[in-house]
Amino acid sequence: MTTVDVAPRPTVAARPFGRALAHTGVLTRRNLLANVRLRDVLLLSAIQPIIFMVMFLYVFGGAIETALPPAAGGSYVNWLIPGILAQFAVFGASTTAYGLHNDRLSGVIDRFRSLPTARSAVLAGRTLADLTRSGVILLLQLGVGILLGFRPQTSIPALLAALGLALAFGFACSWIMATLGLAVRNTEAIQAAVYSVVFPFTLVSSVFLPTQTMPGWLQAFAERQPITVVANALRGLMLGPEALPPGHTVAGQTVLAIVWTAAILTVFVPLAVRSYRRSVS
Amino acid sequence: MEPIITVEGVVKRFGREVRALDGLSLHVPAGIIYGLLGPNGAGKTTLIRILATLLAADEGVVRVAGLDVHRQAEAVRDRIGLAGQYAAVDGHLTGRENIEMVGRLYGLSRRQARARTSVVLDRIGLGGSAHRQVRTYSGGMRRRIDLAASLVGRPQVLFLDEPTTGVDPASRREVWDLIRDLVDGGTTVVLTTQYLDEADQLAGRIGVINHGRLVSEGTPEQLKSHTGPAVLELSIPDSQHDAAMQALGQIAPAAYDRHRGTLVLPATDGVATLQHALRALDVAAITPTDVGLHRPTLDDVFLALTGTGRTDRDLNDPVEATL
Repeated sequence: MTTVDVAPRPTVAARPFGRALAHTGVLTRRNLLANVRLRDVLLLSAIQPIIFMVMFLYVFGGAIETALPPAAGGSYVNWLIPGILAQFAVFGASTTAYGLHNDRLSGVIDRFRSLPTARSAVLAGRTLADLTRSGVILLLQLGVGILLGFRPQTSIPALLAALGLALAFGFACSWIMATLGLAVRNTEAIQAAVYSVVFPFTLVSSVFLPTQTMPGWLQAFAERQPITVVANALRGLMLGPEALPPGHTVAGQTVLAIVWTAAILTVFVPLAVRSYRRSVS
Repeated sequence: MEPIITVEGVVKRFGREVRALDGLSLHVPAGIIYGLLGPNGAGKTTLIRILATLLAADEGVVRVAGLDVHRQAEAVRDRIGLAGQYAAVDGHLTGRENIEMVGRLYGLSRRQARARTSVVLDRIGLGGSAHRQVRTYSGGMRRRIDLAASLVGRPQVLFLDEPTTGVDPASRREVWDLIRDLVDGGTTVVLTTQYLDEADQLAGRIGVINHGRLVSEGTPEQLKSHTGPAVLELSIPDSQHDAAMQALGQIAPAAYDRHRGTLVLPATDGVATLQHALRALDVAAITPTDVGLHRPTLDDVFLALTGTGRTDRDLNDPVEATL
């Protein structure tokens, strides 16, 4: 046999950054193709957040409209959509945990770790693919929201800023989920961990309802936790300052949301990379 | 010449109790197929994972292609290929895309990866199906794609952990041919297997591992000669096993092969040993239901060395055994 032989091969190890970038591109594409080619998965994962949105809109809407701040224009849909976008940014991030977990079960992570693959590329490829996927679903949610009567009250740039902020926060959450997906070995345990983080954080927030009616101790948590901050920032950017609780400004909430995003990334990117290096199936 | 793989006094613990590898040492010369045999839990997969840089040894020295697997892991990864126990290929990608992706991760440019992939696909004989998504493939085809993916980087050393488990007999022969060709091309292959005939067919050298240590090593012929020129196999009713073991103990140490359900002992003197054995059993009032005298197989070697019949699972019923 002369063709499949052992021969020196040009290596790009001399350019570590270029290599990391190339590998990230290769793996992002791989992960995105799974979304595109496995049609049922794509369809169901896009339908679920929309059903969720419509459900909350019609189940809660009627009861809540009177309690809303005037900036919502008396319609729950205006209040809900920015909150839902913040909520989905977190929900969409849980895909990262399952994706990495499945890759470990199928032996793909082992293969990647045995290759001269840039250390950061497997995680970056995963989180970037999930970011793209979240972007598509957020746009879909926004589109359906507009069909159901959502009307942004500010400007196009502010709307784009809101979408960017939601995605940036979702990207940061992906790294929490990456850490979780690699550190926890068991599928059910991951599910439990995801739900015990995602549900309380999204429910005890300003995503669905203003926080004022919650008991004091709960309200104290709900007002300060990052999902509320992000939901407030999105509301401010899409509906204007009147949509915010008294004493809050759009700029203030936006900056705070960016600080949370940066803080999560600072803590969880190194943690996830460490989990990846240690992950052994 | 320095062996391409050097393992010296390697210890790997899992938790406080388990010593998966307990001072293991072995050397693999370049350009051969080295078969690792051992009962389930002997430490074969742990060793492969350490060699492939996936796991760090707690003690000892491990060198692959002249490089320390711990301190020079990145350079080692440049020179090795790994196909694990499960075909680690993506169902949603085509065969070609899977191989190209691994080629890119080995550091090939897009053009190089494409060219190498065509070569490798031709080699494994999957050219015609390469454009189909792998989830439509049979188990044997997935295995071949998995192997092909580990070849695309032209590794000097290829690690195969049970490369034919779950592969039908016809595909098994194809995988064997492929592995032989690789070695002809200069690659060193280290494989674990639960099929002793596979080790017998393929491996130039075999290392038998038990309880995290190397208990025997040599060519298949050398290993077989350890058990003498022949082995005697006796079927005895279950209730009389202990008595039979005792009676036969005067002649040679007998071992019970759980999987074949027989007592096995080395027949150093051939037919004479058979006669002695039958006489000894007769004195103990035991009548065997079946008797056989045959040339030793690796199964017999394995039984003698490890006290268990097969390397991992019962061959006839691998599914049940893994549940």
